Amino acid sequence: MTALTRRQLLQRSLLSGAGLFVAFHVPRKARAVPEPAGKQVPHPNAFVRVAPDDTVTVLLAHSEMGQGVWTGLAMLIAEELDCDWSKIHVEHAPAAPVYAHPAFGMQMTGGSTSTWSEFDRYRTAGAMARAMLVDAAAARWKTDPKKLRTESGYVVHGKQRLSYGQLALAAQAQQPPKKVTLKDRKRWKLLGKPTRRLDSPEKVTGKAQFGMDVRFPGLRTALVARSPVFGGKVKSFDAAEAKSVAGVEQVVQIPTGLAVVARDFWSAKRGRDALQIHVDWDLGPGATLDSAALLQDYRDKAKSKGPGIAAQKGDAEAALATAAKRVVAEYDVPYLAHAPMEPLNCAVKLEGGRCEIWTGTQFQTMDQMSAAKIAGVPQENVVIHTQFLGGGFGRRATPSSDFVSEAVHVAKAAGVPVKTVWTREDDIQGGYYRPLFLHRIEVGLDGKGAPVAWKHTIVGQSILAGTPFEQFMVKNGVDATSVEGVTDSPYVEEVPARLITVHSPRTPVPVLWWRSVGNTHTAFAMESIVDELAYAAGRDPLEFRAALLAHKPRHLRALKTAADKAGWAKAPPAGRARGLAVHESFGSIIAQVAEVSVDDDKRIQVHKVTCAVDCGTAINPLGIEAQVQGAVAFGLSAVLHSELTLKDGRVEQSNFHDYRVLRLPDMPEVQVQVLESDAKMGGIGEPATAPISAAVANAVYALTKQRLRSLPLRLAVA
Amino acid sequence: MRLNVNGTAREVDAPGDMPLLWVIRDVLGLTGTKFGCGMAQCGACTVHLDGQAVRSCVLPVSAVAGRMVTTIEGLSPDGSHPVQKAWVEADVVQCGYCQPGQIMSAAALIAHNPSPSDDDIDLALAGNICRCGTYQRVREAVRKAAAQRRAER
Repeated sequence: MTALTRRQLLQRSLLSGAGLFVAFHVPRKARAVPEPAGKQVPHPNAFVRVAPDDTVTVLLAHSEMGQGVWTGLAMLIAEELDCDWSKIHVEHAPAAPVYAHPAFGMQMTGGSTSTWSEFDRYRTAGAMARAMLVDAAAARWKTDPKKLRTESGYVVHGKQRLSYGQLALAAQAQQPPKKVTLKDRKRWKLLGKPTRRLDSPEKVTGKAQFGMDVRFPGLRTALVARSPVFGGKVKSFDAAEAKSVAGVEQVVQIPTGLAVVARDFWSAKRGRDALQIHVDWDLGPGATLDSAALLQDYRDKAKSKGPGIAAQKGDAEAALATAAKRVVAEYDVPYLAHAPMEPLNCAVKLEGGRCEIWTGTQFQTMDQMSAAKIAGVPQENVVIHTQFLGGGFGRRATPSSDFVSEAVHVAKAAGVPVKTVWTREDDIQGGYYRPLFLHRIEVGLDGKGAPVAWKHTIVGQSILAGTPFEQFMVKNGVDATSVEGVTDSPYVEEVPARLITVHSPRTPVPVLWWRSVGNTHTAFAMESIVDELAYAAGRDPLEFRAALLAHKPRHLRALKTAADKAGWAKAPPAGRARGLAVHESFGSIIAQVAEVSVDDDKRIQVHKVTCAVDCGTAINPLGIEAQVQGAVAFGLSAVLHSELTLKDGRVEQSNFHDYRVLRLPDMPEVQVQVLESDAKMGGIGEPATAPISAAVANAVYALTKQRLRSLPLRLAVA
Repeated sequence: MRLNVNGTAREVDAPGDMPLLWVIRDVLGLTGTKFGCGMAQCGACTVHLDGQAVRSCVLPVSAVAGRMVTTIEGLSPDGSHPVQKAWVEADVVQCGYCQPGQIMSAAALIAHNPSPSDDDIDLALAGNICRCGTYQRVREAVRKAAAQRRAER
């Protein structure tokens, strides 16, 4: 954004009235993804508007949280609209049914779905707007629209030209076309080209507004004192000392604890510090939770098959008993916090039967529903102003709308507009973690080293149990997010005898999807065990995988490309070794080769990660490279550093000094090779997080002959 | 209390123990400087104090009275600082939340060291966490900005 701030634009667009909007319907048939059943009526959609000053505003149905939809979805519109890219402005759309996710039927951002799910809808929107502008020009020039062409924001007829801005008002009066033909990809000018982000200028100057930055007269700040143990409740409290802190206005009780409402953050923080020693908690059964004991319990559980049968074929036990060779291994991963850089926050104003919310959220529709219930207003009276998200990674998509619900409770109890802010300690200790998981895998190999039996037991909390998603995504006791990456593994599907089962124990610890969800642990387990099998069979890890993936050309191409680019055939530099992994998730396939060394203190150093990515059609290669680099870095935090533990029900970590994440000096050189393919477009925000753990663990094994089966990876110090 | 923020003298009414971060954000309303951890662990709150990069979340405002504070808003009026330009060119940002802090650390580095080595860059920015993992492009942008700065001199 150059001359105008977002706020000025917003004011201008509100003042300018509906006359300037190019609004239109997108007929159902034009959509790529079928509508969910029961939603047969076409909705009026407004994804793009053209203003008389030639600016083109794109409304985003999805939230920008770093993944680049601000740019990528605008590219989809711009390609078909044929507008001047420098005149594009982007805004988050309001929360409204028309912005429901084309595949999920509710407004949300997640699952690495934004680009592929909007590929047709946003292009269609752009094509329709273009057709209406052309029709308006044809009417003005009294000619056949077929004789006109467009060129970077102009409709052209011979030597005559009219800018889109000059036609904006007239275009509004045109009937939206019933059908548009989208460009053949050979004619793309913008899609597929490396394109810089549209949100950079406001983000490098500090002007970009995040939820944390929301300010308006009368807005108070609240911090909430929550139970030190999950599931605990306030028994009694004395707020006198907190209320005596300068700037503190109220202390109110809400379902999750006690909110200290103050004029600013620092007063609220000091007030909460003063309150915390005067709260008596009824801690409940959560007070005995111990993650080390839990892991042991999971180990015990994994010795017998789980109640959820995820996949079964043949007699795995019998095949194991007669196999030439057996390999047994257990892999475990700890609880993890998402720790987005922007701590959670949510500003709420309840007034005149309306509930207005300013926050960075991935889950607008769920938040609207939760807020409506708490505020006692109809869902359409919940207005959500989506702000830039200072990182999401799944944490801002809670089925319970935890941070939004709590903030609405605070504003309701306080009777004034309040922004509820979480500190980093609140974030690290506040739950909604990637769950602790354990995999026990037993594989039988035949005399040639091919797997003939696969028995796999997965133990870990279900993310979806108890949420509205349970009915769709938990079948026969199997949460799809607990087994993704195992049941659909190309390694397993060729094994004649297999049994994959799940235990989904319940604990008081709230769990949630964390960038790449189940694949965070399944890719670690699968790509580690396959590496172990390669060594057990006495074969090269690349050649062994290639043999197992002979029926998967996309996997093979990614694997071979990554290996070639990494120089797999050549010896690594002295003191280093390489490991590889390939994994499909969110419709994309990523192969990675990690090159590592170990320093004198037995610390693992990752120097280089070579990635080959097949995500089908690549819309913005520059954005894809950024997402792969970022996803590798996000994964490496968990590979090298992060671990969240509980003792006596309390989370033992609290901030970045003990919940450690990747810092710049640890960042390897990540090379990204984007492989174009004709396959259906996949996602790119998450997939590269999944395989990096095994790629590094496999490299560490190649270097040290120590097989590390727990994350974060730690070498035994002699 | 009198502060000099972005070249302007400002009179602020705040308790002396309030960290500079919250004076900047809540009292002066300059929200480009971010809260990330509150204990000088993440660098999102980085500002310049008399030209040095400091973590404003642990600096009591009483300690900075009369000194020169520069925030991201004061680095340039229009995003034209070489570091900001390099950042756009290298397409560094993702979610953007940590970026003002990264940029302030980088700007202080190249102001004092016009030819930073890769180790210098790693060291100067080790205190700035980015959960999106933009580090590789951060390095590239700092190198670009330093080269640009040298060319301008």
